[in-house]
Amino acid sequence: MTTAGRGIQSALEPAGMQAEKIADLWQFFLVVCTVVYVLVIIFLLAALFRRRPEIVPKAVSPRVRKAVIAATGLTVITLFALLTASIFTSRGIADVPDRAIQIAVMGRQWWWQVEYDDRDKSKRVTTANEITIPVGVPVTLHLRSSDVIHSFWVPNLHGKRDLIPGKNATTLTIRADRPGVYRGQCAEFCGYQHANMALWVTALPMAEYAKWLEDARKPSKIPSTAEERKGQDVFMNSPCPLCHTIQGTPANGKTGPDLTHFASRRSIAAGSYPNNRGYLGGWILDAQHLKPGAYMPSIMLEQGELQPLIAYLESLR
Amino acid sequence: MSEHGADAGSVHGAHVGTVKPLEDPHLKVAHNGPYRLPGDESLHKQLEKTWAPAKDRFRWFKQVDHKILGKRFIITAFIWFGLGGILAALMRMQLSRPENTFLSPDQYNQIFTMHGVTMMFLFAVPVMEAVAIYFIPLMIGSRALAFPRLTAFSYYMFLFGGILLYVSFFLNMAPDTGWFTYFPLASPEYAPGKRVDVWGQLVNFTEISAIAVAIEVIVTVLKQRTPGMSINRMPLYVWAMLITSFMIVFAMPAVMLASNYLALDRLVGTHFFNPAEGGDPLLWQHLFWFFGHPEVYIIFIPALGMVSSIVTTFCRRQVFGYTAMVLSQVATGFIGFGLWVHHMFATGLPQSGQSFFTAASMMIAIPSGIQIFCWIATIWMGKPVFKPPLMFVLGFIAIFVLGGLTGVMLASIPIDLQVHDTFFVVAHFHYVLIGGAVFPLLGALYYWFPKLTGRLMNDRAGHVSFWLLFIGFNLTFFPMHKLGLIGMPRRVYTYHPETAWGQLNLLASIGAAVLAAGVITYIVNALVCAKHGAVAGADPWNGGTLEWGTSSPPPHHNFTNMPVVSGHEPLWHAPEHAPVVTGLASQQKEVLITRAFDAEPDHRYLYPTPTPWPFFTAVATGAIFVGCLFTPWAFALGLPFASAMAIAWFWPTTPKKEGEVPEDDGSESSPPREEALA
Amino acid sequence: MIRRDTIDVSALPNHAFGSRSIMWWSTMTIICIESTIFVLAIAAHFYLQGNEETWPPPNTNLPGVLWGSINVGILLVSLIPNELTKRAAEEMNLAKVRLWSVIAVACAVAFVIVRALEFRQLEVSWDSNAYGSSVWTLLGLHTVHLVTDLIDSAVLATMMFTRHGNEARRFVDVAENAFYWYFVVLSWIPIYVVLYWAPRWL
Repeated sequence: MTTAGRGIQSALEPAGMQAEKIADLWQFFLVVCTVVYVLVIIFLLAALFRRRPEIVPKAVSPRVRKAVIAATGLTVITLFALLTASIFTSRGIADVPDRAIQIAVMGRQWWWQVEYDDRDKSKRVTTANEITIPVGVPVTLHLRSSDVIHSFWVPNLHGKRDLIPGKNATTLTIRADRPGVYRGQCAEFCGYQHANMALWVTALPMAEYAKWLEDARKPSKIPSTAEERKGQDVFMNSPCPLCHTIQGTPANGKTGPDLTHFASRRSIAAGSYPNNRGYLGGWILDAQHLKPGAYMPSIMLEQGELQPLIAYLESLR
Repeated sequence: MSEHGADAGSVHGAHVGTVKPLEDPHLKVAHNGPYRLPGDESLHKQLEKTWAPAKDRFRWFKQVDHKILGKRFIITAFIWFGLGGILAALMRMQLSRPENTFLSPDQYNQIFTMHGVTMMFLFAVPVMEAVAIYFIPLMIGSRALAFPRLTAFSYYMFLFGGILLYVSFFLNMAPDTGWFTYFPLASPEYAPGKRVDVWGQLVNFTEISAIAVAIEVIVTVLKQRTPGMSINRMPLYVWAMLITSFMIVFAMPAVMLASNYLALDRLVGTHFFNPAEGGDPLLWQHLFWFFGHPEVYIIFIPALGMVSSIVTTFCRRQVFGYTAMVLSQVATGFIGFGLWVHHMFATGLPQSGQSFFTAASMMIAIPSGIQIFCWIATIWMGKPVFKPPLMFVLGFIAIFVLGGLTGVMLASIPIDLQVHDTFFVVAHFHYVLIGGAVFPLLGALYYWFPKLTGRLMNDRAGHVSFWLLFIGFNLTFFPMHKLGLIGMPRRVYTYHPETAWGQLNLLASIGAAVLAAGVITYIVNALVCAKHGAVAGADPWNGGTLEWGTSSPPPHHNFTNMPVVSGHEPLWHAPEHAPVVTGLASQQKEVLITRAFDAEPDHRYLYPTPTPWPFFTAVATGAIFVGCLFTPWAFALGLPFASAMAIAWFWPTTPKKEGEVPEDDGSESSPPREEALA
Repeated sequence: MIRRDTIDVSALPNHAFGSRSIMWWSTMTIICIESTIFVLAIAAHFYLQGNEETWPPPNTNLPGVLWGSINVGILLVSLIPNELTKRAAEEMNLAKVRLWSVIAVACAVAFVIVRALEFRQLEVSWDSNAYGSSVWTLLGLHTVHLVTDLIDSAVLATMMFTRHGNEARRFVDVAENAFYWYFVVLSWIPIYVVLYWAPRWL
């Protein structure tokens, strides 16, 4: 599971059915518009630098008149072709089967809450800032916002869709056709940390996805070393549980991301920093420096509490 | 009188063959233009005296002359433009590399909001109206702009609005939710403090100003054209301003309504946009974009008129397809109101409706295309003279056509869903607005500079500034298309190194420096040449429209003899032999009112003298708006004061002694109804 | 010396009524602006209605129709002195203008008084829900519109009693102001229907 490098957040390197169709449409528009542009510039240059008679002719030449009418006609035809192509693509990307996996995504200032629904309550999975999906299967995202308008956008898979508070969920159906990791980002200005509201979509082959889902349904790992146990104590006695949930422990705060499988995530603070000990320590002690304005407070810890806390969090696979 | 009108009509159709070449020594020495001949000196002196502006110590607060106010308007708009440009430069510095800490997120959010608000509300629309305030009466051969005191009022409102915005910026109180101020981000819950309220009141200031000028332009164009200038002989620039003014009349009320709903939601607890109490954040978007999309054309259509003026003069022939051009502009004005939803494709509105808006958004390319083709045809048949104004027009075509094509791409819903709210859109609208409006504006101001100052700008510096602007512009904004496609959203204060956006951003920032050098060159050229440029004479470019028929700068009364015209470019058809209007009083500020379509003389109307009351009315109105940042009672308490000022403004000042020649009764209309809009 | 033809305009009048005058055109433009505001405000009202199951929303009473309907009556009656003012102004009959413009202003004052009662009858506060916000604002917009024109008319009526009254352009101002009053009346009808009858009929 490696990052694709340059194209991890690009509409030009589609990895899903919808993005593929849009990229094809884009290529068509690009070619047509380039031809139009070049033609206009050629005619402009010709008009400027053509050899011309000494005296400016009085009347309008009928050839010029015909040329202008022809150019207008061509414009209309070209636009009609583009419009048709656009409508066909619109239909194409909406054409997905109903039997899709349903995932609820809630936009919050400034992170993403992700819930895998299931009729069996114990099988529901809540996570944050990462969505894992199977390859080749349509996945319907139900997008809602708990505060301001956000916009869900993973360009390698599909265009964007707004999350509007107070409205029924908007939906976006995606289908990844290549396994990989794709980055997405909030695309509607949502305040202070709009720039740091990213997410990752991981597309796995079906079997691996099933395994992932099974693991994700399990409660958190029980601390196995003395240090991790101490870290759990620190966590439970700090303000952390007020906002965060860790399944299988008393921590059940709802305003911050669910940390049940925290250590399996690629990044912290909604894609702001890599998930490693250094950044994690910095994030706990001084979140306001790393992501000014975020709702994560800077936590005051006693001497010797930070390392166990990090060890505990890093054990939550 | 009417048979003269008929005579004038018969001259129509004189052709391009009679045009004089650009360098004509006879015209170069003509400093007074063809409507003030040697025998007219005593009449000229009397008119200068009658139309003289205020000259006392407090004259700044009293002026009503459209030329004085127009110049002030232009200069003020350019000051805001400079400040908006500095903000842009700060943003480009911040984004020049990933994870830069030059600006904090709070600063960046204020700065990008201020940049948008400044450019849209304090520069683009006002500067286009400012140029019209100065040039419309000259181009249609009138002594004044209708409702001169209202012009003064709108200038002060515009000035106060800009001051409010920048004072709040320096008090760390500037709006920070984007120029579009979407709800609920702008609701009291998510935007406490006064920042968003400043946005709301700024809109009130600038839109009152814009609407007032639109009324003046509509009335002036329709009722004050000089005899002979029937509606089908109006210069294309005048057409453009007429259409723009009508668009303002129907578009600006939407944003005023929206901004006042915003103020009510924030100030007295209404729930228009609060989803928890039955309000709707999308209602805001509909209202805002119902104004916001026409706004683009309100900025762009005047520029089309400027392009036509420049192409005519520098290709030495009438624009090809006058009727097609006018109809295209009218069509653009109408279609411009049918596109607003394309700003909302990502909100997930019903599919069928969306296809309609796609079709409409693509359709607007047709009238724009027709106009481009007509200009190319004009250049083809004419004799281009490569002076800086024409260079700016050529730059306009090169940039604007590209921006138009990316606009067609954005009209396609699937493509829009990918690039909406990314740097692709930033690139697109800068191509359309800088390429489509600022380039023509700079060209037009270069072209009209002699009329404003009496002196010519320096051509060599003009060429240098053009190329710096053209290269800098493309370096800055072309890479942004790619940035959007490879995933960079708008309005982000920083980005991660793993995104591979660094190099293109650096390129854009370097381009911005070149662009800034171009702007500075242009402005220095203008400032230096205003004092030291070559003396221009009445008609340095051998232009064909009436503004070139009077001295540079024009006398207070614009024309000593009012011209009578018989074609599109009256100065190209032996104007010194054309008939003129006589019989307007020279002792009073009399203006000839003509009929709306055929411009037949109808009646004479007295215009008002200088007065400070519009200034005081603007102060009282401004105090209401600023007070409404804090309490709704400001409206109730301020209204009597504002009304008192307005009554003083409109109260006539007829002298008491009987038998004296009535000087001027000063009033211009019944009390302004603009308060109703506040 | 170049001889040129001239068009002599010295015999033209120094005022004109109706669409010949610039006052008529500016009044028309202002009517366009205000109509746009009303149309958009009404559209927003229906847009908000679209979000609700019932209209007015649950736990909100319908506004009483009494005072609003009385106001329709007052406005319709006011058209009579208004039209007579306009005609008198066009005939430049100062005495008649004085009489009818005072009566027209009196009608407007009566309207404003009844309007105050009307607000009390809305049965909802502006800050209870979006419906309340919208009805208050619609009524408020029309009131502001009306009060401004009332001030305008009152000032003009007063002016007609001063030495400035007997001037041609003053009569034009009075005539155009009367013309504008038609719009004030006309704009009330759709708002009245939207506020009081649309929720009962739809």
